[in-house]
Amino acid sequence: MKLVAVSAGLSTPSSTRLLADRLADSVRDELAARGLAVSAEVVELRELAGDVANHLVTGFPAPRLAAAIDAVTGADGLIVVTPVFTASYSGLFKSFFDVIAPDALAGKPVLVAATGGTARHSLVLEHAMRPLFAYLRATVVPTAVYAASADWGSGGDEYADGLPGRIRRAGGELAALMADRPARAEPEDDVTALERQLADLRFD
Amino acid sequence: MQFGIFTVGDVTPDPTDGRVPTEHERIKAMVAIALKAEEVGLDVFATGEHHNPPFVPSSPTTLLGHIAARTEKLVLSTATTLITTNDPVKIAEDYAMLQHLADGRVDLMLGRGNTGPVYPWFGQDIRQGIDLAKENYALLRRLWREDVVDWEGRFRTPLQAFTSTPRPLDGVPPFVWHGSIRSPEIAEQAAFYGDGFFHNNIFWPADHTRRMVQLYRRRYAHHGHGRPEDAIVGLGGQVFLRKNSQDAIREFRPYFDNAPVYGHGPSLEEFTEQTPLTVGSPQQVIERTLSFRESVGHYQRQLFLMDHAGLPLKTVLEQLDILGEEVVPVLRREFAIGRPDDVPDAPTHAARVTAAATAQEVGAA
Repeated sequence: MKLVAVSAGLSTPSSTRLLADRLADSVRDELAARGLAVSAEVVELRELAGDVANHLVTGFPAPRLAAAIDAVTGADGLIVVTPVFTASYSGLFKSFFDVIAPDALAGKPVLVAATGGTARHSLVLEHAMRPLFAYLRATVVPTAVYAASADWGSGGDEYADGLPGRIRRAGGELAALMADRPARAEPEDDVTALERQLADLRFD
Repeated sequence: MQFGIFTVGDVTPDPTDGRVPTEHERIKAMVAIALKAEEVGLDVFATGEHHNPPFVPSSPTTLLGHIAARTEKLVLSTATTLITTNDPVKIAEDYAMLQHLADGRVDLMLGRGNTGPVYPWFGQDIRQGIDLAKENYALLRRLWREDVVDWEGRFRTPLQAFTSTPRPLDGVPPFVWHGSIRSPEIAEQAAFYGDGFFHNNIFWPADHTRRMVQLYRRRYAHHGHGRPEDAIVGLGGQVFLRKNSQDAIREFRPYFDNAPVYGHGPSLEEFTEQTPLTVGSPQQVIERTLSFRESVGHYQRQLFLMDHAGLPLKTVLEQLDILGEEVVPVLRREFAIGRPDDVPDAPTHAARVTAAATAQEVGAA
């Protein structure tokens, strides 16, 4: 089983990447508890920033970006984490998903998460991230995880679990969706896939 | 195998000095480029059709008719003729007329155009793009093949006892290519009719071209026109040549960096690595072009884009000298090596007339 985490963090080390890693660990532990082995890969968008911009200009991905897109579209489950920029996901995060075919994530289990300096931005998950993946017809897990700077050093309060608790809950939800997914058929070669798309086209 | 050039007909500032040719200069330059193509021994000149600035060639048969009168051997073609927004009756008439004037040195490549707004300019609806391409082409074929046509469709007024004039030269319509970058539907259309398929092969990675051509070949066989290797394939390509590859790179870089289609994106080095663009010595261009055969199989037509992105006419003519003298003769020789005898040649009017006559005899026997 393949788990891919997309991190749009820009600094090194970044709290966005840290959150992506913690979420991935949580999903892996949960799947392991169910007796399922999972390989996890992290896609760092910072390393692909130039390739993403070039794709917008040329219409096709450079090899490294193509590999990242293949990893994301071929994953059994996806964790996507962005820093909050100007009341939304970052431009790089959005541009990466802009260059992925609109139907490539349909039905895919996705866990959305974000980081920010203050908890005041946390609804970005509900007014920006969740609608984006709803548009892509992905299956977004109920728990979305927001980590403000203060969350890394504090526990829960009377309204919410602490960050570790939320990570565990979200990871459990994604793992459950991944475990319930039927195994995928061997991918057909791309020319055959094109032929199948053409089945309804008639010139006579 | 045929070799030639295709032009978009863009008016683009020369990024090295900011000079912008007038429309008049650009149109005359296109003629000079076509005449040069014949002079240096190329086989084909194809013009784009566009109806918006910064492009000038809105009337391809006017341009090609003029070039026909000033050339002897050059096959005149298009890249592409808009099958969606042109009235198929007018396409049938214009290209049959051109066929007569050019003594058969005419074929055309159909496409859907480069910009959405062109549809309303000609009274059409972009949402019907694929359906227009289907219906218009079906009518165009009938107009060329049947002397009297009764027809009714969705997108234009019905025809009753209509005869498109003049009739195609020798009763054989111009050969048709279908041009596409990324629409598998167009490869399917070419395959369905047993027509040629041309992949622009410039802006996208070679692997993408390989897939589209493979799809076309498979579907060509599926529709009963022959073996996959009998299908008629054309490819684009883009090169800039100097004797010394470092000179080619230095001279072409500002044009690349500011090119309307891919400028301000990847570096010249990245783009040449990832797409078929080749900037270098004649030998490098020869090797790269020969490699196309490895991805698409033996093919019939290779066209190069030579005159875009603001390159001055003088440079383009120099490029054509190098292409015609140092590159194409080697390509002709090398492409012939290992080419099975039963792989079809590029279609010509004379060959098609002969084939039609043979088919008739077989039918009568």
